[in-house]
Amino acid sequence: MADESNLHTSTTSVGARMISFIVHWTMTTNHKDIGTLYMCAALFNMFVGGLLALAIRAELFIPGLQIVNPNFYNTLTTMHGLIMLFGVLMPVAAGFANWQIPMMIGAPDMALPRINNMAFWLMPFATVMLVSAMFMDGGGPNFGWTMYAPLSTTYGPPSTDFMIFAIHMLGISSIMGAINIITTIWTMRAPGMTWLKLPMFVWTWLVTAFILLAIMPVLAGAVTMMLFDRNFGTSFFDAAGGGDPLLFQNLLWFFGHPEVYVLALPAFGVISEIIPTFSRKPLFGYRSMVVATVLIGFLSGVVWAHHMFTSGMPYGAQLYFMLASMLIAVPTGMKVFNWVATMFRGSLSFETPMLFAIAFVIMFTFAGCTGVMLAVAPADFQYHDSYFVVAHFHYVLVNSLLFAFFGAVYYWYPKWFGRMYNEGLGQWHFWLSFISANVLFFPQHFLGLAGMPRRIPDYAISFTDLNMISSVGAFVFGFTQLLFAYNLVVSVRRGQKASAQVWEGAKGLEWTLSSPPPYHSFQTPPKIG
Amino acid sequence: MVSLFRVLGASVLFLPALVIAQINMPRGVTPVSHEIYDLHMMVFWIVVAILAVVYGVVIYTLVNHRKSKDAVAATFSENTTVEIIWTIIPLLIITAILVPSIRVLIHMDDFDAAELTVKVTGHQWKWQYEYLEHGVGFFSNLSTPVAQMVGVDKKNEWYLLEVDKPLVLPTNRKVRFVLTSNDVIHSWWVPELGIKRDAVPGYVYEGWARIEEPGTYRGQCAELCGVGHGFMPVVVEAVDPQAFDVWIRKLASTVPSVASDQGWTLPTAMERGAVLYDQHCAVCHKIDGSGMPPTFPALTNSSIATSTDVNRHVDLVLHGVPHTAMQAYAPQFDNEELAAIITYERNAWGHNTGDLVLPSQIQAQRR
Repeated sequence: MADESNLHTSTTSVGARMISFIVHWTMTTNHKDIGTLYMCAALFNMFVGGLLALAIRAELFIPGLQIVNPNFYNTLTTMHGLIMLFGVLMPVAAGFANWQIPMMIGAPDMALPRINNMAFWLMPFATVMLVSAMFMDGGGPNFGWTMYAPLSTTYGPPSTDFMIFAIHMLGISSIMGAINIITTIWTMRAPGMTWLKLPMFVWTWLVTAFILLAIMPVLAGAVTMMLFDRNFGTSFFDAAGGGDPLLFQNLLWFFGHPEVYVLALPAFGVISEIIPTFSRKPLFGYRSMVVATVLIGFLSGVVWAHHMFTSGMPYGAQLYFMLASMLIAVPTGMKVFNWVATMFRGSLSFETPMLFAIAFVIMFTFAGCTGVMLAVAPADFQYHDSYFVVAHFHYVLVNSLLFAFFGAVYYWYPKWFGRMYNEGLGQWHFWLSFISANVLFFPQHFLGLAGMPRRIPDYAISFTDLNMISSVGAFVFGFTQLLFAYNLVVSVRRGQKASAQVWEGAKGLEWTLSSPPPYHSFQTPPKIG
Repeated sequence: MVSLFRVLGASVLFLPALVIAQINMPRGVTPVSHEIYDLHMMVFWIVVAILAVVYGVVIYTLVNHRKSKDAVAATFSENTTVEIIWTIIPLLIITAILVPSIRVLIHMDDFDAAELTVKVTGHQWKWQYEYLEHGVGFFSNLSTPVAQMVGVDKKNEWYLLEVDKPLVLPTNRKVRFVLTSNDVIHSWWVPELGIKRDAVPGYVYEGWARIEEPGTYRGQCAELCGVGHGFMPVVVEAVDPQAFDVWIRKLASTVPSVASDQGWTLPTAMERGAVLYDQHCAVCHKIDGSGMPPTFPALTNSSIATSTDVNRHVDLVLHGVPHTAMQAYAPQFDNEELAAIITYERNAWGHNTGDLVLPSQIQAQRR
C-alpha cells in the first residue's frame, strides 16, 4: 500500500485499471504488499472461522438440538479449528514477518521475493478448497481438527481427501515462508546488526521458522498416510491390517505441539516490541529473552505426548512427558516476568496497542497456569478431552495470541499506512473484546471440571447456566470484531496522518522510515550504531 | 483504586462456590479420584498464589508507574540476581508438584490383586460391558428419548446421562477394567471414579478403581467418535458386594430368548422395528432412510432392502461390512430385535415388500 500513484491516471480506463490492480496484487514480490495480502486474508478468514464459532455457541446456548444436526456440528468444530489455526493465526504471523523483518534488520526486501509471492498465493486457494469441503457430498470433515484415525480414515467422508490436499498446500506455503525468513535474517542484516542487536520480534520468527521446517513435513507425512489408508488400501493406522491408530496421534502431536509455539513465539515477539515502547523503557533481560526463546523452541519438540496421557502409554512415558511439559513453563514464565519487569518503574501510557499487550500478559499468565495444571499427568486424566482443555487453549489462542496480534496491528498500522487508526474505536474494541472474551472462555474451565466433555453438540442440564453465559460472551466478542475491521478499513483514507516516529517511546529501524515507508526501503543499508 | 480492592475482595467470596456448586472437579469415591482431586487442589492453590504475586505487581505498576502521574521511566534493563531467583523458584515449585504426582501415577498403574475384571468395549455409539470371569455381558445404550432432545418433551433430570442397562459393580472391591474398541477411538470417563481411559481399536488398555461408596456414577464418552459422541454415556451402579453377587448370578442365569416364531406377525415386527430402527439405525441412515451417501448409504429403494434376496440383507446387518462404518450387529441384539429391524427396513418408506423376517431366520444366519 505504499507509493503507487503512477497507476491512477485519468487517461486509463476502468477496465485497464482493474486489470492492472489484479496483476499488481497477484504478481507482487514486494514484502510490504505481501504482508498486507496476508493480513487481509487472515482478517477475512477470521470472520469465516468466527461465524462457525457463533454457530457452535448458538447450538450450545441451551441443552437440546435446536439448530444443527450432530454430524454438521462435528463439521463445524472441525472446520472452525482448521480455519482459525491454518487460515488466521499462521497467516497473520506470516504477515507481520513479511512487513516487519526486512525493515527491522535494514534489508531492502526478503531474500526470496518470488517464493514469497508463491508462498502467499498458495494459502487463499488452499483455504477456499478447505472451506469448500464443507459443501461436498457426504459432508465436510467431521472428526475434529486433530483428525484422529480411524475416525478420519475409515469413517471420514469423501471431502476428507480435499482437506488433505489443502493441508499439503498450506504446509508447502509455510515451509517456503520459513526458508525465506531464515535466509533473510541470516544473510541480509545490515552491517553492524549483530545477533545480540536483533530485535526480539526477529529472534522469535527466526526460531519459529526453524520449528516450521522441522514439523510441517511430519504433518505432511501423517496426512499422506491418511490419504493412502483411505484410498490405496494401506493400513498405517488400521489395527486390523497390522497398523496402529496411536501412530497417527504421535505424528499429529509431534507436529501439533510445536505448532502452538509456532503461533505463540511471534506473538511473544510483538509483545516484546510493544511493551518497551509504551513503558518508555528498554526490554528487561534481552539476553535471557533470546535464550528463553531458543529453549522454548527446543523443548516444544519433546513434549508432544502430553496430549495423549489417556491413550495408553506406559507410566514411565507419562512421567517423562509430565516433567518435560512442566519444564517448558520455566522459560515461558521467565518471559512473562521480563515483560512485567519492563513495565515496572517505566512511564506507561495506555494507547490501544499497550492495552492489548497488557491484557496479553495478564491472560497469558493465566493460560500458562492452566497449562501447568494440565501437565500434571494424573490430574490430566480428569481434564483431558473436557472443556477445561478447551478453555485453556482458547485462553492461549484467543485471549492471549489473538490479542497480541490485535495489539501489533494497531501498533504498526500507522507506520504501514501512514494514517492513525481511530483511537476511540480502538479502545472500544479493546474493552468489549477483553470483557467478552473472558465471559466467553472463563466459565468453560468450570464446565470441564464439572465433567462436560468436548466436541458434544448437546449436554446434560447441569451444564446449562455456564454454557449460556459462555454463548452470550461469544456473540458479543464476535460482533465486536466488526469494530476492528471497520476501524482498519476506514482509517486508511480518513485517519490522521502519522509521523515517522508515531509513538514517543518507539525504537527500532522501522521507525526511522517515513509513514508509510517507501515502497522499496533501505536500498542502501543503514548504519547500525 | 479503592474500588479495585473491593472487587478483588468480593471475588474471594466466589472461591467457596467452586466447592459448593458442582463447578469444581468432584472429589469422587475412589482412592485414585481422591488423590487426583488433592493434587488438583494443591496445584490450584499454587496457581492462585503465583497469580496473586504476578497480578499484584502488574496492578501496582499500572496504577503507579504511569506517564499521566508524571512517573519518570527508570533505565535498568538487567538484573542477573533477580533473574536467577525467578528461574529457581519456578523450578522448585515444579519439583514440589512433581513429587506427589509421581506417587499418584505409580498408584494408578498398580493392577495387582484385582478382584473383578470388566471388559469395556467402545462401539459407535454405546458401551459394551463384559464380566470376564462370569462369562456374561450386555450393551449399554443411551435411554433418553429423542423427543426430549428435539424439545417435544421436557428434559428429565438425567438427560443424556442415563442408560438402559448400567454397569453394576461391587463397592470395596478392586475392579480392573480392560478397554478396547470395536471401531474408532472412544474414551471411557467417569469423573467420580477418577478414571478415564481411551478405548482404542486394536489395543487393550487397563484401568482400575475401588469404589468406596454405593451410588450411581455418571460419565460420558470423552473422545470424538462420530455423530453419536455426545450420546453414549456411562452409568455405573455401585452396590455392596453381596447385592452384586446376587445380581451377577441372576444375569448369568438369564437365558437369552431363543428363536421363537410364535406370535410373530408383520404388524408386531413393524411396530418394534420402527422403534429400534429410530433408536439405533437412524443416526446414520436417517429416520427417512435417506442416509448420508456415500459414507452412510441410503436404504430407500436400495437393492439390499427391496430385492428378493432377504438373506443378503440379514447377512449384512448381522455381520456388517468390513472397512466401513457398518457394524456387525449380531452381538448387540437378540433374534426378535434383528428380525423386527430388518422387517421394518424392507417394508417402510414405500418398499412394501411384504417380507416378514422371522427370528428363526436370524438364528440360522448367525455364525
